[in-house]
Amino acid sequence: MTAYSITEPTPRSKLIAGLLVVLYTIVTLLPLVWIISTGFKSGPDSISYPPKVLFEPSLEGYVNLFTTRTRVAAEEFQNLPPAETWYDEIVRDSGMVIAGPSRFGERFLNSVIIGFGSTFLSIFLGTLAAYAFSRFKVPLKDDLLFFILSTRMMPPIAVAIPIYLMYRELGLSDTHLGMILLYTAVNISLAVWLLKGFIDEIPREYEEAALIDGYTRFQAFRKVVLPQAATGIASTAIFCLIFAWNEYAFAVLLTSGTAQTAPPFIPTIIGVGGQDWPAVAAGATIFLLPVMIFTILLRKHLLRGITFGAVRK
Amino acid sequence: MPDPVAVIASATPDPIARKVRGLSDRAIAWLFVAPTIFLLLAINIFPLIWTVRLSFTNYRANRPNEEVEWVGLRNYIRILTDDGIWANMQTTAHFLFWTLFFQVLLGFTLAWLINRKFKGNDLLTTLIVLPMMLSPAVVGNFWTFLYQPQIGLVNYMVELLTGTPASSFSMLGAGGYAKWSIIIVDTWMWTPFVMLICLAGLRSIPDYIYEAAEIDRASKWRQFWTITIPMVLPFLMLAVLFRGIENFKMFDMVVLLTGGGPGNETLLASIDLKREAFEKWRTGYSSAYAIILFVTVFGLASIYVKALNKVKER
Repeated sequence: MTAYSITEPTPRSKLIAGLLVVLYTIVTLLPLVWIISTGFKSGPDSISYPPKVLFEPSLEGYVNLFTTRTRVAAEEFQNLPPAETWYDEIVRDSGMVIAGPSRFGERFLNSVIIGFGSTFLSIFLGTLAAYAFSRFKVPLKDDLLFFILSTRMMPPIAVAIPIYLMYRELGLSDTHLGMILLYTAVNISLAVWLLKGFIDEIPREYEEAALIDGYTRFQAFRKVVLPQAATGIASTAIFCLIFAWNEYAFAVLLTSGTAQTAPPFIPTIIGVGGQDWPAVAAGATIFLLPVMIFTILLRKHLLRGITFGAVRK
Repeated sequence: MPDPVAVIASATPDPIARKVRGLSDRAIAWLFVAPTIFLLLAINIFPLIWTVRLSFTNYRANRPNEEVEWVGLRNYIRILTDDGIWANMQTTAHFLFWTLFFQVLLGFTLAWLINRKFKGNDLLTTLIVLPMMLSPAVVGNFWTFLYQPQIGLVNYMVELLTGTPASSFSMLGAGGYAKWSIIIVDTWMWTPFVMLICLAGLRSIPDYIYEAAEIDRASKWRQFWTITIPMVLPFLMLAVLFRGIENFKMFDMVVLLTGGGPGNETLLASIDLKREAFEKWRTGYSSAYAIILFVTVFGLASIYVKALNKVKER
């Protein structure tokens, strides 16, 4: 028999705890599973009652997501040349023809451009500021750090009013640049706080050794600190990216066409007589999947990220 | 030990010193911090000051050519004496209170269970946190589907478990459920946040404290109330602070779920603010509204942080 600590939970309590947590996990994942599976249902299957758990998978939702379709008169429909592609065929089955690509592709691309653009900028500025806050005597340091954090407390709509007016004056409304700058301003507080924590953990002696070896501060920063902080920078970047990716309030108020991202677009996908749920679900799946993957990659730093570095494991 | 580079640098004239060491630390510090501060001033502080200015006027953004009048405190007085706005504040408070209540209860319980360190707890933790990383707008939109009265999964589940016919009630329509429906979605989404922070708190308690308590023959119940709870409390309070601020600002998820309806049942302050500012275009009035909200959240958060620090000191 192996001796174990008196504080170790008994096998029975472990089992009960495990079962309860498994139950919670199943319940909490059900909506997500439902989103993903609805994306593969045909229109009628998605709205049947009782809800269908088993169904014949269909790519109709995905095809509808990426195309716009029109109904044509019955005789004209008969005279059409045979469908050329598999997606053509799916659309023909519902008595319609493809009229062109939908706007989902563009909106998704906007999300990518604005997400990566603002992430790059926040990390670039954030790393510099975090390094300075971590290593140098900056006057009013604590006040500045708190000021940076407090910008996060403003309701987005409150900031959106003057930004809307400002962007209208500057011609930044509905532009990628405008959204990138805005998301950078929102993300930078997170970037500075998180990165300062990561850089604080790198021993100063490394840089001091480099300085003695004749490096300038700048070189020491680039060649010693940056490589050491790489993991921290990468996980901070993912948090910034996820925020920009998920943001809705600014996007819906400040963009309408050219620079609109996917979150304001997905809820507007309409089919015949109401929302086209399989297409919405398909869009949601494509949109949420990258975040799920990133979350799994990030799991070690998750806690730190969501608390602005206040809690470190 | 004096820094040898500094010794050499101090002995050489200024321009040469710069070549030896590059920019001075002070200059680098400013160079590094300035862009961030500048960006925040331009996109956060300048707009805030502008909002304050607008809040004393009757400006309307959809009529830029109309003459703007200074109205003094009229906007503020109108807001603070408006029953509708007090009703929205109550709706916000109801949402805040119950989301925090359920999230703390569920989040702490889950963390406490996961802390039994059964096999596979890491994997389950990762799966449980997924909802909180997703886009609230997309989540809100999709939950309207789950909440559909005729075909939705939620109504079906209720019928399955309780026998209440699925078409006899509507989670987002009239009947008083909408208020709770938004709380359910928020709880679904953010319980993992509280859970993760509580878990960090639980894991920070060293084993020897429990061992000492065992030796003193303290009951498990007593250990829970005199060790576990006090040690986790600062963490729990931090989680409540974060969630509180976020939910006070709540806009995206709820606007897509209910749009503030039915009637004004789920009209949170920030949704009402959006209507005033971007649908009715009462820019001056809504600026005052925004300032009032910001001062409220900032004030409440400051008081709360003071309390949190007291708990930490104990």
